[in-house]
Amino acid sequence: MYRVSVYVTPKAGVVDPQGAVVERALPALGHSGVHNIRVGRYITLEVEGDDAGKVSADVDDMCRRLLANPIIEDYRFDVLPVGTAAGEGT
Amino acid sequence: MRAGPVRFGIVVFPGSNCEYDACHVLSTFPEAEPYYLWHKDPDLRGADCIILPGGFSYGDYLRTGAIARFSPIMQEVTAFAAGGGLVLGICNGFQTLTEAHLLHGALRRNRGLRFICHPQYLRVERTDTPFTSRLRVGQVIQIPVNHNEGNWTAGADRLQEIEEQGLVAFRYCDAEGNVTEAANPNGATDNVAGILNEGNNILGMMPHPERVCEDLTGGTDGRAVFQSMIDRVLEG
Repeated sequence: MYRVSVYVTPKAGVVDPQGAVVERALPALGHSGVHNIRVGRYITLEVEGDDAGKVSADVDDMCRRLLANPIIEDYRFDVLPVGTAAGEGT
Repeated sequence: MRAGPVRFGIVVFPGSNCEYDACHVLSTFPEAEPYYLWHKDPDLRGADCIILPGGFSYGDYLRTGAIARFSPIMQEVTAFAAGGGLVLGICNGFQTLTEAHLLHGALRRNRGLRFICHPQYLRVERTDTPFTSRLRVGQVIQIPVNHNEGNWTAGADRLQEIEEQGLVAFRYCDAEGNVTEAANPNGATDNVAGILNEGNNILGMMPHPERVCEDLTGGTDGRAVFQSMIDRVLEG
């Protein structure tokens, strides 16, 4: 079993309406000098299996076809065996 | 000229909410025979045209249209479109067509994160298509918008190609037909309100033509879209 963390973020160069609104709101809270806010999505999942390479390939397929929209979003993910501290990044 | 009614299959996903409007409006065209298709139906039951209606398919979870795209019927719709069949996606239907990669680009949250719902002027860019033959190039029509994710983008580097191929069918404009930033209700790139595929047999548009087909609902500009589709099917 593997625990997977998927990070989906707006592609560079694609306008991010959520980030823009958050960026405009922060000065009202007294936080000036904050730039380039990008709002993405953090997805966690548990995947059965004992082959980290296969799990990574499967998760990549999930990201490409559903979890992210590759036209406007980038993604990356971490695959960690459940119950250990060692992991494999991709 | 072919005989017989023009069959419009209107696909209903869980969370669609404009299918009745589309079905009602099409029933006012004598040549049209509208009917519903459930998203799990195994075939299109002899459709001449497919409509993906507006709404909130699957609650807009993950991204608008992202889950609907994998509904069983979308395989049939994709095959139908590949064979040249006419597919019109309205609002959530447009979002679903982009998620299915049947149309270019993607629909993001509106600029300013505001849900918008108001009459909107559109400039007609193309009339040599099965969806717009009853219109004139440069004509200004008024069709309402009603969405939260209508901010179309071509993606990282496809815009020039899309514009060069003339795939934009409608742009947001003012009453005089000027395509300006002030007339852009949602931040869409190049004021794109509706786009075609390369084969010109798939149209996605954020505005709702089915809502302006009777005087009762404030206008009839939407009729031209459906009448154009009927003309095309009857002419063969």
